[in-house]
Amino acid sequence: MSTGRQSPLVDPLGTVLVIIGALGWLTLPLVLFKANRILPGVPHTLAEVLPTPFVAAVGATLATAAYIALRVASPRVRLATALIAIAVIAVALATAASALTPPGNRVVRVAPGGAFWLLLLALGLLATDAIARLRPGPLLRVGWLVAFFAAVVGAMHTGYFDDLSILREHAVNAARFADEVRRHLWLALGSLFAALLVAWPLGIVCHRLPRLQASVLGALNFVQTIPSIALFGILMAPLAALAAAWPWLASLGVSGIGAAPAAVALFLYSLLPLVANTVVGLGRVSSAAVDAARGMGMTSLQVLREIEMPLALPALLAGIRIVLVQNIGLVTIAALIGGGGLGTFVFQGIGQTAMDLVLLGALPTVALAFAAAVVLDALADLTRRVPR
Amino acid sequence: MITLERLTKRYEATTAVDDVSMIVEPHTITTVVGTSGSGKSTLLRMINRLVEPTRGRVLIDGIDTATEPAHRLRRRIGYAIQGLGLFPHRTVAENVATVPRLLGWDRARVHRRVHELLATFELDPARYADVYPHELSGGQQQRVGVARALAAEPNLLLMDEPFGALDPILRGKAQDDLLEVQRRFGTTIILVTHDIDEAFRLGHRVAVMSGGRLLQHDRPARLVTHPADPFVSQLVGATERALRLLALVPASEVAQAGAVEGPTLPGTATLREALDALVWSGAAAANVADAAGATDRHVTLASVLAHGRRASE
Repeated sequence: MSTGRQSPLVDPLGTVLVIIGALGWLTLPLVLFKANRILPGVPHTLAEVLPTPFVAAVGATLATAAYIALRVASPRVRLATALIAIAVIAVALATAASALTPPGNRVVRVAPGGAFWLLLLALGLLATDAIARLRPGPLLRVGWLVAFFAAVVGAMHTGYFDDLSILREHAVNAARFADEVRRHLWLALGSLFAALLVAWPLGIVCHRLPRLQASVLGALNFVQTIPSIALFGILMAPLAALAAAWPWLASLGVSGIGAAPAAVALFLYSLLPLVANTVVGLGRVSSAAVDAARGMGMTSLQVLREIEMPLALPALLAGIRIVLVQNIGLVTIAALIGGGGLGTFVFQGIGQTAMDLVLLGALPTVALAFAAAVVLDALADLTRRVPR
Repeated sequence: MITLERLTKRYEATTAVDDVSMIVEPHTITTVVGTSGSGKSTLLRMINRLVEPTRGRVLIDGIDTATEPAHRLRRRIGYAIQGLGLFPHRTVAENVATVPRLLGWDRARVHRRVHELLATFELDPARYADVYPHELSGGQQQRVGVARALAAEPNLLLMDEPFGALDPILRGKAQDDLLEVQRRFGTTIILVTHDIDEAFRLGHRVAVMSGGRLLQHDRPARLVTHPADPFVSQLVGATERALRLLALVPASEVAQAGAVEGPTLPGTATLREALDALVWSGAAAANVADAAGATDRHVTLASVLAHGRRASE
């Protein structure tokens, strides 16, 4: 234990993070003021906007965080410091936004500047590194995730952050935002479940018939190499033709653009990771266990259900994790062909050169993908309790 | 009684088992011994139809095994393999309960049987029923493997190198346990091994296989005295024939009345161990203890030597 406590003179990761944070804080603006949403921002440092004692408090907090990142080894202290510092810069940003916004004015936008993003990056890495060093169990990790999301949502509901540009955009699009989040999840999860129904049986068949494996995985591999935009494009023509030929399909929502080609493309992209992981997972099941199971009189279906699938579960969950994170990202692109989802805000924002609207789509997408990864990693850990 | 009739298994160009016929008497242990690739495992796996014969058939008590669905057949035949194949995601009790569950025994009966078996195999149920296989030592895992194979009280038990992964000391213990279990339950056992010592120690009958053919199937002593094939003599070992014969005879069977000056042998000793003790001590006779520990019987060096002397026959 004593050798573990002997920290080096300075923490190497801490050094890098402090350099990133300091560069941001000293050279970039913390807030950008825009007279309306499409104008480029006018940079402001915190000192130009807020009273000196407030700025000094923020500076002191960040200096303390820098010292702890460099010299303190305890992951608990580092985690607490990172979280407190993130809260402090968020509050400072919101306070600055309120100070810059003329009362009652709903046209101006106050956006986070480069300094804010770099500090958030450095502190976020400090926090995740500390969590990784603490090695929390799977349930605790999910607990942390829920607490973090609850804290962010709770903070939004206080109204204190309402003058920030992203929340301004959210206020304008509130009804649509909830719809698009639902739609985003529906597309990502729906295509995953549909793919599971095909991929697991296909993986099982490939495992039992090795001769089939190369051709099936080869074909799916080929699908995976088609760029997503191209695949959406390729699917437009056949789906439009289908809808034209059979009106009842069109009444079910099948059409050349919209959610249908998006769902089909996501489904196709999901197949390779799911099938490949099923094959790998089943291949790793101890052949002695399978032989014993058959030798004791389990039917082929019982061997699959009671021995092979449970023992392959960690690999199956790893496949689901890959696909879910991949899908949450890809759905964003689906907005281009009218598939809906959070990508809608991203592309609208790009079209209107309204970066805050882009962020309204991008940040929740990142958060969703992150949450999916944490939850599925935790599930995989729970099922790996029994080593092979 | 298990009857193998002209069993043959071909894989495209190669013949794994070539026209093997054999009768296994009930309540005996038959060991099948041979080098790797001799077809001994394939022969065993044709009995419970993990491998379907190309030609020939297997009769159990006169009934052709092909007349019944394979999984039903396997549920009434015990099966234990090298590496055990314990299910890593199931507890010891769940592993042992596998076949009774498949047979649809009710919970109470399964529970009773599992606990009874674990106790038989010196695995305290209170301590071991709910642990996972990886938490057990190699010897304990091996006992769970055999307990699982015996769970549904099969009349026939097939074992494929069941002790292959054990170190010599654990292996000796496992062999003693198996002999004890066989005596107690009267199970018919067919055991495949590449170890000729194991085959001699366990088998009432020993079947020697090479290149897919059954070379000889006989009592162990006959393999020594009347090898049917040069390969059998080579396997048995030309330089230790007498010692092998002595190892097959319990000292208590030969002992005569009266106590003598000399070493004392345990009641389980064979004549081979008696010879070793006599050579070591330089004595002309040794006492043989009975089950109660009394030593009023003995064997002489001359009687031991007589049992190993077969060259004149």
